[in-house]
Amino acid sequence: MSGQDLLGKKLSRRTVIKAAAAAGALQLTGPFIISARGEQPVKIGLDNPLTGTYAAVGKNELIGCQLAIEQINAKGGIVGRPVELIVEDSTSGDAGTAVQKARKLIERDHVNFLLGNVNSALALAMADVSSEKKVLHVVPGGHTDAVTGATCHWNVFRICNTTQMEANAVTPSLIKNAGKKWYYITPDYAFGHTLQAGLEKACAKAGGTKLGADLTPLGTTDFSSYLIKAQAAKPDVIIFLTQGDDMVNALKQAVQFGLDKRFHLAGAQQELEPLEGLPPEARIGTWVFEWYWNQPNVPHVKEFVAAIKKKTGRVPTARTWFGFASTWSCALGANSAKSLEAVKIAKAMQGMKLPPEVALMPDTPYFRAGQNQLIPNLYVGHAQAKGPAGPDDLFHVDQVVKGPDIAGTLEESGCKMTWPA
Amino acid sequence: MSALRQQVPNAVVWLVLLTMPYWMGAVGGYTELASRVVVLGLAAMALNFLLGFTGVLSFGHAAYFGLGAYGVGMTIKYLVPSTPLGILVGAAVGTLAAMVIGALIVKLRGVYFAMVTIAFGQVFFFIAFRWNEVTGGDDGLTGWKRQALDLGFTRVDILGSDKAFYYLVLAVFAACVAAMALLLRSPFGRTLIAIRENERRARFLGIPVEQHIWLSFVISCFFVSIAGTLYALLSNFTDPRALRWDQSGNFVIMAVLGGMRSFWGPLIGAAIFVVLQDYVSSQTENWMSVIGVFFMLVVLFFPRGVLGILRRRLAS
Amino acid sequence: MTQLILFNVFNGLVVGAFYALMALGLSLILNLSGVINFAHGGFLALGAYLAYTLMPYTGFWGALVVAPVLTAVIGLAIERVLIRPLYGRDPLYSLLLTFGLAYVLEDGARFIWGAQSVPYPIPASLTTPLSTEFFFLTGYRLFMVALVAVAVLGLFFILNRTRLGIRIRAGTLDLETVSVLGVNVRVLRNLNFGLGIYLAGLAGVLAAGMLGLQPTIGTSLIMPSFVAIIVGGLGSLPGTLLGGLLIGVASGLTTVFLPSATEAVIYVMMGLVLLVRPRGLLGEEGRTQ
Repeated sequence: MSGQDLLGKKLSRRTVIKAAAAAGALQLTGPFIISARGEQPVKIGLDNPLTGTYAAVGKNELIGCQLAIEQINAKGGIVGRPVELIVEDSTSGDAGTAVQKARKLIERDHVNFLLGNVNSALALAMADVSSEKKVLHVVPGGHTDAVTGATCHWNVFRICNTTQMEANAVTPSLIKNAGKKWYYITPDYAFGHTLQAGLEKACAKAGGTKLGADLTPLGTTDFSSYLIKAQAAKPDVIIFLTQGDDMVNALKQAVQFGLDKRFHLAGAQQELEPLEGLPPEARIGTWVFEWYWNQPNVPHVKEFVAAIKKKTGRVPTARTWFGFASTWSCALGANSAKSLEAVKIAKAMQGMKLPPEVALMPDTPYFRAGQNQLIPNLYVGHAQAKGPAGPDDLFHVDQVVKGPDIAGTLEESGCKMTWPA
Repeated sequence: MSALRQQVPNAVVWLVLLTMPYWMGAVGGYTELASRVVVLGLAAMALNFLLGFTGVLSFGHAAYFGLGAYGVGMTIKYLVPSTPLGILVGAAVGTLAAMVIGALIVKLRGVYFAMVTIAFGQVFFFIAFRWNEVTGGDDGLTGWKRQALDLGFTRVDILGSDKAFYYLVLAVFAACVAAMALLLRSPFGRTLIAIRENERRARFLGIPVEQHIWLSFVISCFFVSIAGTLYALLSNFTDPRALRWDQSGNFVIMAVLGGMRSFWGPLIGAAIFVVLQDYVSSQTENWMSVIGVFFMLVVLFFPRGVLGILRRRLAS
Repeated sequence: MTQLILFNVFNGLVVGAFYALMALGLSLILNLSGVINFAHGGFLALGAYLAYTLMPYTGFWGALVVAPVLTAVIGLAIERVLIRPLYGRDPLYSLLLTFGLAYVLEDGARFIWGAQSVPYPIPASLTTPLSTEFFFLTGYRLFMVALVAVAVLGLFFILNRTRLGIRIRAGTLDLETVSVLGVNVRVLRNLNFGLGIYLAGLAGVLAAGMLGLQPTIGTSLIMPSFVAIIVGGLGSLPGTLLGGLLIGVASGLTTVFLPSATEAVIYVMMGLVLLVRPRGLLGEEGRTQ
């Protein structure tokens, strides 16, 4: 764990700047000397949590970005210029800070691309800023529908799935494995609200019912009173939509209460980070992963896993891939537009497909035109205390769900995109 | 001569504030950072009205700051798209809350007063945090923007131009600061200082101490809620963290850092704090440690603050 | 419905016992030294992480014994170096210092142990619920309540029967006189601080087994502890205990009727108490002036 920290520290902004300088950038000579335009690095600003509830997942996204930057620079950079990553801590829930940092990145550092945020609410707030300033913005891991739905913007792209896509992917398996009567434990912010709404819709379509729901604030530590309510409703399954540390706390307590013996405990989005934080007996339930490291038959995945392991000593998570794919998307978009103008890049990214060495999954994920949402595959399966492929193998993929099958239509997304004149 | 000497610091402060947007960029800053310094400077000076000049420690001022922020945001979003009206409503909401809470706690002193102010601040935090339909909950209050100022003869676009907004902030700041200075020079202000120096003696002199402390608390909260409205307008956004207790702590450290016995001290403290935080949090993910150690160093070695030290140097 | 209420009252008592443990430590330090220890949550996290680090060597029970003591030792050192210079100055300064210390402790935990939650295993003998009916009364929770009871009894024993405790209580009432009578006030404050931090460390080890162990574990627990102290009555340790239990039950019950007010209800309760009885339920007259 501390190894990862040291590494994360080592690869902070300073080192990245040095690397960029070595690659020919004149960043270190100070603001008063204007260097030749062609030699200035292309700047990507990452405004993501490094402290608070989402610190662990935020850091993994950062590591993915860093690997992508190294690869992009090794392959000739963006429009022939070296790439530099500038990192700001958005905190986990403080949208005010995230907005401030986004403005700082855009106004002072003049970044060409903005990345972030893990927290859906912060992602939405940042999207307001980036669209006001017309900067190309990729959201690696904030899931709430609105980012590429009701409040979509021409300049805002997203790698991770919408909550509706996750709900559609996992619902059939949930009904089959766990039952039709659901009780929700939902985090009380944008992500939780839309994920629950998505599941309710998908569940009703499949003949299931909602017995009740409780909204828990982000950062809740004691879930006992919510669990008491949930079990009193006698559902088939208690659906946990909390994330990060909240997921750890909620599941851990539910298993301590023996609720796993009386009900199914399951949910939609699950990630490797919380599973690692859980005691083995609490690694249970049906979930959907958005990317998984153990895909023996998919090309390039092994190399990616090895590269990340070399950096951190641990396997990559879906978050690592989000960071990796979003950084690469910036490069792919700009290189195919042969420009750093946000409008041209955004146009070039309509329908853009991710090549296999970036996609790292079966089939070819693509950005759906008119919505800017990546349509990747999803991995439905169950958590396991111990897997055959080592201590990091905590999830068993039962089924790879194809993205286009569950993505709904463009009209359903509610996105009506307007382009600048 | 002495009158002139007194005016020199004032002249320097105003000169720096008036020109700030024009040199911020050259020293690695940006206009928004300048606006933040002025807004948080106002908040710290408002807190210091109570802390430095009445001798009462409130650790819950973020509550009123945040009420101002929500007041302006909700006015523009739900009621009238007018920036000045929003500021007025925000200030009114913050002040009303302060009147009620102040009456509840005015008999407490010292650490107990501080502790109760923190705890009461949390009530407002949780209302903003959990009342999704109205406040936007954890996601913050979005979907509104500061509106251009209509001065009758001309419109000032404070949304599109960062500089125009900065000067709006500065104008409000100037009005508030002037009001505070006048209040402190009045007999009322003198009485507050008397209470700070020796409450018991003030009481023997027949001064209604509780009333004065209550009034000072309310005035202080009035100005801090105006700062809150500006803070929300600055990012066209507000969220529950604006009224959480760590924000209160930041105001107090700003006042102490600059020097809470001096009028301009908190502004200088705010400038140092804002710039330091802005810089450090981009340099290292362990910025919390840096800020924390900084707090401790200030407390242990510079309890009189920057201006306190300067003044001592000048005096000796 | 009655069952639901009954469950939440029980559960609230369990959670409240935990708040009380934390609040008692805070209260001890506040009463004798006039220091609001904002870093109390940080010490709680420190105790939890120390236990996590020790566990492979000492096992669960060893960690339970050793980690709080280690935390207390660190607390003693911090009091000696950082807080002692501030006694006699405006309470503002100690408050700000511990505020900064809280930042450092949280960030330090993140730096050393990582941002991600770590699993904290508890012995199988404690994991099972006692009955399916009262499923929330797990062995661990009952054990926790028992341990809190023991700690509270121990604390009151120390305060009432030992020389140190009697001096602490005397110092709380009139530190100057105690000092004149030849008691070394510096040592007294130091030991008292250590005692308070010991309770925080113990709370941390217990919390690690019940909640997930992450760097922010202490931050969310500190505010309810403040409220427990104010509701129970400033200066009164039995009051603090009562306050902790009361707010635990109050927030548990609110979950049943108005879930979105679960957190706010304890502050409303505090407001009411202050309105009706400004010194708190069991507070002594004059302490708050």
